[in-house]
Amino acid sequence: MQVTSPIREPLVTGHKTMHDITEDICRRVEEKPSKAWLAAFGVSLIMLIVGGYAAAATWWYGIGMWGLNKTVGWAWDITNFVWWVGIGHAGTLISAILLLFRQKWRTSINRAAEAMTIFAVICAGTFILMHMGRTWLAHWALPLPNTYGSLWVNFHSPLVWDVFAISTYLTVSLVFWYVGLIPDLATIRDRAKLTLEKYPLLDTDTPEERREKRKKRRPIAAFIYGLLAFGWEGGAKVWARYEYVALILAGLSTPLVLSVHTIVSFDFATSLIPGWHTTIFPPYFVAGAIFSGFAMVQTLMLITRKVYKLEDYITITHIDYMNKIIILTGSIVGIAYITEFFMAWYSGVEYERYAFLNRAFGPYWWAYWSMMTCNVISPQLFWFKKIRQSIAWSFFLSIVVNIGMWFERFVIIVTSLHRDFIPSSWAMFYPTLYDIGDYLFTFGIFFTCFFLFAKYLPVINMAEVKTILNSSDIKAKEKATEYLKEGGAVKAASPMYDKGKDL
Amino acid sequence: MADTRLGHTKERFMVGIYDHEDKVVDAVKKLKNDGVKVYEVYSPHPIHHIDTYIGHPRTRIPIAAFLFGALGTLSAITLITYTMGIDWPMIIGGKNFVAIPTMVPVTFELTVLISALGMVATFLVSNNMGPGKKEFMFDRRTTDDKYALVVDLDANTLSEEQIRDLMVKYGAETDPLPRIVER
Repeated sequence: MQVTSPIREPLVTGHKTMHDITEDICRRVEEKPSKAWLAAFGVSLIMLIVGGYAAAATWWYGIGMWGLNKTVGWAWDITNFVWWVGIGHAGTLISAILLLFRQKWRTSINRAAEAMTIFAVICAGTFILMHMGRTWLAHWALPLPNTYGSLWVNFHSPLVWDVFAISTYLTVSLVFWYVGLIPDLATIRDRAKLTLEKYPLLDTDTPEERREKRKKRRPIAAFIYGLLAFGWEGGAKVWARYEYVALILAGLSTPLVLSVHTIVSFDFATSLIPGWHTTIFPPYFVAGAIFSGFAMVQTLMLITRKVYKLEDYITITHIDYMNKIIILTGSIVGIAYITEFFMAWYSGVEYERYAFLNRAFGPYWWAYWSMMTCNVISPQLFWFKKIRQSIAWSFFLSIVVNIGMWFERFVIIVTSLHRDFIPSSWAMFYPTLYDIGDYLFTFGIFFTCFFLFAKYLPVINMAEVKTILNSSDIKAKEKATEYLKEGGAVKAASPMYDKGKDL
Repeated sequence: MADTRLGHTKERFMVGIYDHEDKVVDAVKKLKNDGVKVYEVYSPHPIHHIDTYIGHPRTRIPIAAFLFGALGTLSAITLITYTMGIDWPMIIGGKNFVAIPTMVPVTFELTVLISALGMVATFLVSNNMGPGKKEFMFDRRTTDDKYALVVDLDANTLSEEQIRDLMVKYGAETDPLPRIVER
């Protein structure tokens, strides 16, 4: 039995029925690609190809193509890696942590956010592979038996932990996402198979009839989605198991998502570089990751919502909730920046003090203050409800946040490295065209994958939205409100919620 | 399950279609009261507790998840201890060959990985699901907006008409009436 709260905003508007949900989401998959989609996909492909040239050159000639030098040995590669991994944190947060907290609003954004997670982690992995230089030896990072002894990997090293963390995260996110997709893939499969049953090709058909039927039949979709749906039937026994699997995957993913960025932060925190060697890094990185991830989800969902006309599923309420998480995590990040600065002074270590003063007033001051403006000041605007609920502001600020989060990683990595312990080793980092090209390459991967996903897979988890329809859609809310006005107590949505029943 | 190759007859089911989750839950409970054994309910979304009303045993998936997780923990500890402590011990940063703190991250990750993969594999195998597996849908609309209540006619003593009448009485769609499907 589900309870309808009359005071909470509805999560599905537009008086939708379950069939409307199926129609609205499946139609996008079934119809021919629109011109807007083709244009967007084309732009992504161009990014992929142009960036791919840079990536191929980096692979062929080595990372000497980048602007690195002896002092600054990590720059855009690791900046971009951490940035992409951070973005990849929102998907699992939405689907796992919000599932454990029983947040119903996650249902219409979790699918796309999880997809985004997977693509972002792939982009992050691309930088990890690239920065190795000899990409073809990447398997050396795994504990594989070999002919050198066997010489094993060093399990004391955070870099090895990172290999395990990122690959586990990618695998588990992929599994979580796919398990969630199966019922919806079955919906698309069944719609396609119904066309085959409805318009059978008969020997008695005239050529015109046959042509008409062929237009309506969708055998390829029936075959492909049939394969992908894994034979899903949707019985109560399967659903019960499915719910357990989702719950346990959420329980596993919650510490996993926190561990991943913690381990990424260990890459820095366990070193001795002033500015990196801090114990605040794990929580600060995790908050930053969720912050940037939500900003990216916000950017993509606002576009998807508009292009696919999903305003009834991704409502202003959803945007508002996401902005609230952005303000929370943004504030945690802000406090972390200030704490870091305070601790550098309070520690009394002159190297630490110098590292932080140099961040704010050294040659990279512009990066530091861009970071401060974008990450600390701009999300505070979301305290105003008008801004939180404004689509234009949300879109603009979500991009600002991601720019800020990129600068955060750049500041941490490059400004901490560029002043070496010996002043004669001091150096600056200037990106080359290949640095930029490789970054563009990952954008190409990300958007190409995202647009393919948005076209050929259901962007909203239909099964889950159907689950909340009886309790959280606008019809249920209206009825509950009406009932309250009549003097009733909180109304249960079942059984037969038309009649209403007091709790 | 009946196997036609051995000359068995096909199983026969009565399939009633419902248009609301509450109706189908209600029907399951009432049919049970009338002594009808419900085979399964197919729905476009999960309906909480309906499996217990039907009488399905509680799923043991969590046990599988735990066991796979334990396997992951053990394999990680074994792997790290063997490689770092037995096969090729090396002093790195003055740490012990086998240092418990540095074992934690990888052990955790492998626990999660093996647990998740093992559990999902168990889920697929126990439901006879997998790439390319064929489904048997009593009604294809149950992945859209309908709920199918399925009664195995061979497992019940009531006649087809009686079961059909009861289904209709408890809210099944009458156009068309609940129909018999063979599998």
